[in-house]
Amino acid sequence: MPSEQKLGSAIVDTVFANMVSSQNESSLLSSEGDSQRTQYPYVTGTSVIGIKYKDGILMAADMGGSYGSTIRYKSVERLKQVGKHSLIGASGEISDFQEILRYLDELILHDSMWDDGNSLGPKEVHNYLTRVLYNRRNKFDPLWNSLVLGGVKNGQKYLGSVSMIGVHFEDDHVATGFGNHLARPILREEWREDLTFEEGVKLLEKCMRNLLYRDRSAVNKLQIAKITEEGLTISQPYSLKTFWNFAAFKNPTVGAEGSW
Amino acid sequence: MFRNQYDTDVTTWSPAGRLFQVEYAMEAVKQGSAAIGLRSKTHAVLACVNKANSELSSHQRKIFKVDDHIGVAIAGLTADGRVLSRYMRSECINYGYTYEAPLPVGRLVVQLADKAQVCTQRSWKRPYGVGLLVAGLDESGAHLYYNCPSGNYFEYQAFAIGSRSQAAKTYLERKFESFPGSSRDDLIKDALFAIRETLQGEKLTSSVCTVAVVGVGEAFNILDQATVQALINEFEISGEEAPATASVAEEGAGDAAADQGGAAAEEEVAPMDI
Repeated sequence: MPSEQKLGSAIVDTVFANMVSSQNESSLLSSEGDSQRTQYPYVTGTSVIGIKYKDGILMAADMGGSYGSTIRYKSVERLKQVGKHSLIGASGEISDFQEILRYLDELILHDSMWDDGNSLGPKEVHNYLTRVLYNRRNKFDPLWNSLVLGGVKNGQKYLGSVSMIGVHFEDDHVATGFGNHLARPILREEWREDLTFEEGVKLLEKCMRNLLYRDRSAVNKLQIAKITEEGLTISQPYSLKTFWNFAAFKNPTVGAEGSW
Repeated sequence: MFRNQYDTDVTTWSPAGRLFQVEYAMEAVKQGSAAIGLRSKTHAVLACVNKANSELSSHQRKIFKVDDHIGVAIAGLTADGRVLSRYMRSECINYGYTYEAPLPVGRLVVQLADKAQVCTQRSWKRPYGVGLLVAGLDESGAHLYYNCPSGNYFEYQAFAIGSRSQAAKTYLERKFESFPGSSRDDLIKDALFAIRETLQGEKLTSSVCTVAVVGVGEAFNILDQATVQALINEFEISGEEAPATASVAEEGAGDAAADQGGAAAEEEVAPMDI
């Protein structure tokens, strides 16, 4: 992935070299007074998975913050509450996620200040985030995140996702990043409308275990969050049991002497 | 109210603590033709008197759809009303674009009131000369609000503004307790009766009034002339009395029951002949 980003930024640099060089003039690519735009992410979180279940939404994410290919931070909370009815999970640049949390905090604050019995539900928050992300993308200064937004309001379950370029949709199960490739196929086979809480957790753990084996930026410390009409709980961090006792791992070079 | 030395601009207080320009603006509302609104738990109805200047002209639009779930009826300077309707539509659309959800009426009304208040505190502005009856739906059901040129707003079960609105208010005061449980059709009938009160004996036809409804499962829409005329015919043919509603009959409350001669009329049954 870092090589893709370097390629991407090389393209950006060559195509817009003229504009970037004359830094004093305002250009199409920068707004007044800004000297930095997000070009590539630094500290990133990997996949988030969300599913609807009988009573609400379940979401899982590990607690890793990678710095390129180094797993630098291992206690990053990537699942957070938003207001009374919603839960957000983020992958991508952690500092941008923190910025998004500040936007959401202000949004929820102003919503509560009306004090009129109305409150923003998960659908509204999801759409607000879509607008924010899409508008930042249009300014060539994206918030480098893929977000999962879920919640329950007035008995209605809602689960959606939105990417850094503003692509958004709603579904019964969503995932970000590698989760799309490794977890969604499992969910497509095994997800059901009436999953109980225990079944939902087992299903998420199955997906997270798969990610743990196959995603280099995954860490074995995860949280699972549940949101229902009654409220939200985010579990304490815990680890999954893994199995490495495969014959191929014991003698990995049996078929190819000299390799590693 | 007569002219005095404190009424030249809106930023001058009178010694009695009044802002005369604001009060004069509220006079403009009283001079406009009548508009009434009423609501039940699930529906809200707006109705207004539409008098054309001459037979040759069309009549003024006084009811505006603001969004699928909100509509407004105005009385006073209709031009000011049109401008405020445009503002309301804009707010609703912007909210819907950002949140994909309908703007709660209560919030729109506060924004409207704050906008009106600004004009009472700037020397280079004048208050809006229009009163707005805002009918809308939100999570907690149907609502009716009245927005004043002063920047105040109130929520109502039923209300009437404009000229000869007192007659309508008297009628509504008699009936309002039954409104929360009223059916949509009874609500509309009550609205037409209230409008008739303001006409002081003039014949009520669908060419002089406009009726609009919004409710759970029903987007804000202005009823067409034929429908309104049919409703008017229905109650004029069967008698002069207003329809009884089930809750009124059960409670045996006040004058309304006496008018029906104590008839236990349900909502489906046509009003009794006298």
